[in-house]
Amino acid sequence: MIEIALHVLLLLVMPPFLLGVINKTKAWFGGRKGVPFLQVYYDIFKLFRKGMVFSVTTTWIFRVGPLVTITVLLIAGLLIPMGSFNAPISFTGDLILFAYLFGLSRFFTTAAALDTGSSFEGMGAAREVTFACFSEPALFFAFLVLAKISGTLSLTPMLHGPLNEYSAIVAAPLVLIAIGVFIVLLAESCRIPVDDPNTHLELTMIHEVMVLDHSGPLFGVITYASSIKLFVLSALLLHIMLPFQLDQVWLNWILFVVEMVGIAVIIGVTESVMARLQLLHIPYLLISALLFCAFGFILLIR
Amino acid sequence: MLSIFLVFGAIFLFCISGLQAYLFSPQSQTGQKITVVLMMLGAFAGISGVALVIASPDAVSMNIPWTLPWSRFSVKIDHLGCVFLLPVFIVPALGSIYAIGYWNQKLHPENGQRLGAFFGLLAGSMALLVIAHDSVLFMIAWEVMAISAFFAATVEDDSLQVRHAGLVYLIATHIGTMFLLAMFALWRYTTGSFELNPMQSDSSAVAGTLFILAVIGFGFKAGLMPLHVWLPGAHANAPSHVSAVMSAVMLKMGIYGIVRMTSLFPSVELWWGGMLVIIGAVTGIAGIAFAIGQQDIKRILAYSSIENIGIILLGLGCALVGKYYGSVSIMAIALGGTLLHVWNHSIFKSLLFMNAGAVIHAVHSRDIEMMGGLGKRMPLTMLLFVTGAVAICALPPLNGFISEWLIYIGFFQTLDVGNTRSFTAIPLGVVALAAIGPLAIACFVKMLGTVFLGNERSSGSGHAHDPSLSMLIPMSALVALCLFIGLFPIIPLNIIRNAVFVWIGQSALELPLSMTISLGWISWISAALLLSAAGLLLLFKNKLWRKTDKKIETWSCGYSAPTRKMQYSGSSFGDSIVKLLRFMLQPSDHEPKNSLYFPKKSSFKTGVPDTVLDKLVLPVFHLAGHYFPMVRVFQRGHIHMYVLYILIIVLVLFVLGR
Repeated sequence: MIEIALHVLLLLVMPPFLLGVINKTKAWFGGRKGVPFLQVYYDIFKLFRKGMVFSVTTTWIFRVGPLVTITVLLIAGLLIPMGSFNAPISFTGDLILFAYLFGLSRFFTTAAALDTGSSFEGMGAAREVTFACFSEPALFFAFLVLAKISGTLSLTPMLHGPLNEYSAIVAAPLVLIAIGVFIVLLAESCRIPVDDPNTHLELTMIHEVMVLDHSGPLFGVITYASSIKLFVLSALLLHIMLPFQLDQVWLNWILFVVEMVGIAVIIGVTESVMARLQLLHIPYLLISALLFCAFGFILLIR
Repeated sequence: MLSIFLVFGAIFLFCISGLQAYLFSPQSQTGQKITVVLMMLGAFAGISGVALVIASPDAVSMNIPWTLPWSRFSVKIDHLGCVFLLPVFIVPALGSIYAIGYWNQKLHPENGQRLGAFFGLLAGSMALLVIAHDSVLFMIAWEVMAISAFFAATVEDDSLQVRHAGLVYLIATHIGTMFLLAMFALWRYTTGSFELNPMQSDSSAVAGTLFILAVIGFGFKAGLMPLHVWLPGAHANAPSHVSAVMSAVMLKMGIYGIVRMTSLFPSVELWWGGMLVIIGAVTGIAGIAFAIGQQDIKRILAYSSIENIGIILLGLGCALVGKYYGSVSIMAIALGGTLLHVWNHSIFKSLLFMNAGAVIHAVHSRDIEMMGGLGKRMPLTMLLFVTGAVAICALPPLNGFISEWLIYIGFFQTLDVGNTRSFTAIPLGVVALAAIGPLAIACFVKMLGTVFLGNERSSGSGHAHDPSLSMLIPMSALVALCLFIGLFPIIPLNIIRNAVFVWIGQSALELPLSMTISLGWISWISAALLLSAAGLLLLFKNKLWRKTDKKIETWSCGYSAPTRKMQYSGSSFGDSIVKLLRFMLQPSDHEPKNSLYFPKKSSFKTGVPDTVLDKLVLPVFHLAGHYFPMVRVFQRGHIHMYVLYILIIVLVLFVLGR
């Protein structure tokens, strides 16, 4: 019971902090002091106190988009285990639900973008659905590898790994899918080198441009939801990269938080040392993620 | 026995439902209303007959001699047939209600009666097809179905486009029939009977040939790539409720054929399943990729039907692999998902075709680039479309997700989790499904965005409005079914389970327990998803925040004179995917030629034609027409000459057969 409460609490509270860590890392690399760690919380609270502006072109789809997204991501967050603890909801085949929940959020986010009738938002939506065509198969290749290694079809036992020690043969596939999933994580949560969360330059952006017309509390929901997305995907990656656990149960929670912050730092470093890719080259990056995961699978079943 | 008579009654009522309209004046709608009554009665009789069979443990059959040589009038309703019978009874009945508003007899006195008559005949022949237990009866029903679909789909035959699409359909369906005749001939040669009883002897070479003939013959009807050439044109040019029945039910008759034939063999080979998985993956991915490139609202839906047939084949292939390895669990889950997807596709695709019909009715165009902003003028139609689109993209909480989920699990199980060896490369079906998913989302977001959202692109949609009740009621019924299967998947799966065991050839096994638990979880999560999203929407609607909402124009990044034409069009939305898949889609771009100094008025045109039809089939037919005119000698146009040819061939066969 306490585990579930902690899980929900972390899921609700921690995500914006990760964005703060990423921003701090980037500022540190840039030689700046940077915004406070809690800036994203301030932003969200500020947005919730504001009024909303709607385009006369929009319909209910525009309002539903962010709301479906946040609902869906919170449910996805309940399916993913945190560290050595079990997810609150776990059943055979939940991995497919997990992936398709992201699909549902993509459906409504892109539809809401098209609802404004603006070609900028149309561009962003078109890019979003295009890039998903690579990242989703990559994710499923990774799921195949994990399912084969762990012998189950449920996220919690699958990410916790086999009961006994990992055999040496799974090391290479795990490394490969970790790289692949990391690229998918960067793409799905709109980080450099795929997308730049800091600018609104419409011609090159993906996610930011889709939400240009959202404002006030709805935009707050969007910001919060995208931090949850980053959190959930990082928790997924964490298990593939660092399946360690400690003897003390309580220490494991702290370990989880520390590891998540570590992943945020890695993302921040990646963003700092790389430039955003030319838009036409992003499919190549995503195809490479697909190939990493596919080769991981081939190595495993050879 | 009662169940058989009920189903016969349903077939009879369906077949005469439209014919009686000829008794009335073409300008009167009385006949059309009686048609609806007869169709509803037929559907009621048929569904009660099917319900009786579902409630009983055994199949019911009837076998009486008739005058055709070597065969008997033999029908059998088993649980597998019931799964395919239900859409046959439900969708055409709903379609006939829809026709009152969509194809009002008063407004179409010249072809309304013909449409009604062949629509009923199409539905009746499909029901007969499913219960036929003798291949001669099967082929009779098959041909009646093919021909009546042709006449129903080409009612507007004053248009060249419609006649062309009809001709392509007619040729394609008869090439398919040819393979089926060969298959049933071989079947009789091997088993000694035209009856479709399970094969006793086990000769794998013959079984393999039969299987390939079945896949090709039935594949023409189901629309496998590259045998799909007739499908987009015929679906686009037919009246919308005919497209709905063709796509939702008639394509499934091809699937029924493959499922039925594969259930008759005592053992299967590994390559059968592998072949179906490969065909399914190609059909699914190529189908939805072509859909993204289309601009005709009904061609999009037609290509998306091809995609769904691909998903169904993936599931069937997985079940066949399970059969080869003798794994009941894989067979049960994969085939259960396949059959459920047959139902689901019948539901949401007929919903979407009817929806497209309502849109076409309102704006008098099939070109989505001429639409836009219809959501504000047709709010109910948009709501129905969004439900159908979410369902067909296989997203939770609706029914499409359940069936794809089962097929996914089936493929994941071929990993043989826990053991060291995998079942070859079959698990890659998971990746094929995962590639189809985002493409389907792209396709239907494009449709939603271009048709219903944004601003109006042409003045044609100026007075569009929601359709009449007679069109809304059938669509709402289908939406209710989508929700029902999505939220309570166990109930339909309990019906399907018995059909699965007919196919496996074993009786009375439960679905694996973990599946039931998982489906229970999925129901709860789906309900939670619906409720919480609705709750949040209410919260935001009721001005939880005291600040008032402002309404202004869409932000155009500082540009002062945006026009409606500057919206992202459907083609530009799909362009990035079409460009990435250029090698397959072969888009045709006609770029304007601009002279440098004195530019003239120019135009730009883009589109994705059907590669197989335009680049392969039509050129081959044209070449044949060019090089084989001498065969025309035989084609004199005199019927007595043709009878003479038959006489000569029969004589030759007599001589050779001795």
